[in-house]
Amino acid sequence: MGLLEWATDPWGKLVPIHIAWFLIWVAVIAGLLFFIVHATYLRYFAKPRQFAAEVPLPAVSHVPARVPRHSLVARAFHWIMAASMFTLLFTAFLPRLGVQFPWVTWHWVAGAVLTASVIFHILHASFWLDFWSIWPDRIDITDARNRILRFMGRPAPPPRKFAKYPLENKLYHAAIIAAGLSAIVTGVLMMSRVRTIFFPRNPYLFSDMTWGMMYVLHGLAGVGLIALIMVHVYFGIRPEKRPITKSMILGWMSRDFYLEEHDPTRWVVPATASSPESAGTKD
Amino acid sequence: MAVIRDVMAAFELLQPNSMADAQKLLEQHGRDAWVLAGGLDSFDWFKDRIKKPKVVVDLSGVAELSGIRTAADGVEIGAMTTLTEIVQHPVIQEKYGLLAKSAELVASPQIRNQGTIGGNVSQDARCWYYRAGWPCYRASGNICYADTPEGRNREHAILHADRCVAVNPSDSAPALIALDAKFVMLTPSGERVVDAEDYFIGPDIDITRLHILRPGDLLTAIRIPAAWAGAQFYFEKVRDRNVWDFPLLNVASAMVVSGGRIESIRLAVNGAAARPLRLKSVENAVVGKPPNAATGEMAGKMAVQGALPLQFNAYKIPLMRNLVKRAIGGVEQATWAS
Repeated sequence: MGLLEWATDPWGKLVPIHIAWFLIWVAVIAGLLFFIVHATYLRYFAKPRQFAAEVPLPAVSHVPARVPRHSLVARAFHWIMAASMFTLLFTAFLPRLGVQFPWVTWHWVAGAVLTASVIFHILHASFWLDFWSIWPDRIDITDARNRILRFMGRPAPPPRKFAKYPLENKLYHAAIIAAGLSAIVTGVLMMSRVRTIFFPRNPYLFSDMTWGMMYVLHGLAGVGLIALIMVHVYFGIRPEKRPITKSMILGWMSRDFYLEEHDPTRWVVPATASSPESAGTKD
Repeated sequence: MAVIRDVMAAFELLQPNSMADAQKLLEQHGRDAWVLAGGLDSFDWFKDRIKKPKVVVDLSGVAELSGIRTAADGVEIGAMTTLTEIVQHPVIQEKYGLLAKSAELVASPQIRNQGTIGGNVSQDARCWYYRAGWPCYRASGNICYADTPEGRNREHAILHADRCVAVNPSDSAPALIALDAKFVMLTPSGERVVDAEDYFIGPDIDITRLHILRPGDLLTAIRIPAAWAGAQFYFEKVRDRNVWDFPLLNVASAMVVSGGRIESIRLAVNGAAARPLRLKSVENAVVGKPPNAATGEMAGKMAVQGALPLQFNAYKIPLMRNLVKRAIGGVEQATWAS
């Protein structure tokens, strides 16, 4: 059983045409296995978390009861992206699983919405948000090393509390970037093969081999996104993560949760901050 | 690519003698099984070695699938009934002449002697890129070779194309839609009956099939209700060679006229899209109007709304407009316009 499906093109060359569709199930099973292993570990084996020394109270006395986390624009982007991503995944894979409906138009329209929202997000994050807050920094790497050592029972100092985003969140974001941008770039080019309002059809833009590789990359990114989004939803509904999920709806998290999980020196909440609209701004 | 060969690839030939056995074999072998009716579509695929099924289920020995049974509420035609039997059947000729006419225009006498009604409605697309074995969308690939500026697409779709632009080549399908026929299928979960128009699907739903039959399913019969028996019928097929050929376009209508006005009508065309199209909006528009050239003119214009020609098939738009016009207004009244 190969990972790709191949065909012979009119010139007799063997070219890949797309991924093997059983990979859909591989992604779903991988996502489910992650749930089971992670939930079992947390329930039965995980030790209570320990963070490095607390920040003195006077240093956080200015933190408001509702700590702004996501601006309205950032939240709108997140939910628009989520809606388009779910539409893309359902329209792409349900027909492969035997649920038949006219999916192509829904798929490219959702793809166009996702592309536009991601372009907006890149500009918004680059010029209006704290761009580096979502990328791992040196402390994240050091703390990750310490957490692994402690997990293995070896001596290491406790990690510091998180900045605005935990390392896992940052790594997830990086994985979504890789899978999402692969799907978007290949998807935009693939739109030249169907009738849309954007380009005149031109299936001969690339050679059969290049097109084949593009379909394969699009498919791999798609099945990768199935697993990534399953994991994202899983964390979104886990009890200890619900304040973060709520903040993506309401824009803020409670002062208690902020002080419990986040390091006020790494994620500085300005003294003037009180509304979600001030969240994440460069100040 | 396709090279005509004398010898087909080896397959296991199964010859059930009952409908239940046939369906059981199809269910048992699933995607590996190929249903063989008259063989006129199948043997093209096999000899070109484009399709190489492991198992072929030959239905020719299943007596229950053949024959025309008449009743007060209509007729039931076994899926393995030959087109010649349909053409020559007195009840079909008398009450459902539309079907007789469409079947009579299928291919040649030899082919009609061998070809079955089930096979005619279930045959695969005739796009030569697809039939040549090229890895197009319909063959589970990711390209349509016909829908390009250089592609040979004179015979292809003007309506409802979705990546693939192949058309349904059946002559009997639009006639059966116009007669409000029901298709009876035996599926792993039991008998299923669908309206004729729902038997066919376009590439937007499934790009690899022209009909709803899935592996394990068997089309067993076609029932034609008496509702349209003896109505005013019209069938016209336009093809490149009048001796025998697939349709470039065909049109079928069944009409009840009362007091000089169209009381009810069913109208379908084929060769314009990947499925035979029932023109419901046209039907609604012409009900209550006289079946004359003016109504036909209006109907023809409505019928081609939204048509999108390819590089070499723009002629199909006026062709379809005129066929619909003639189906409503009659050949005598409806003049041909370019």
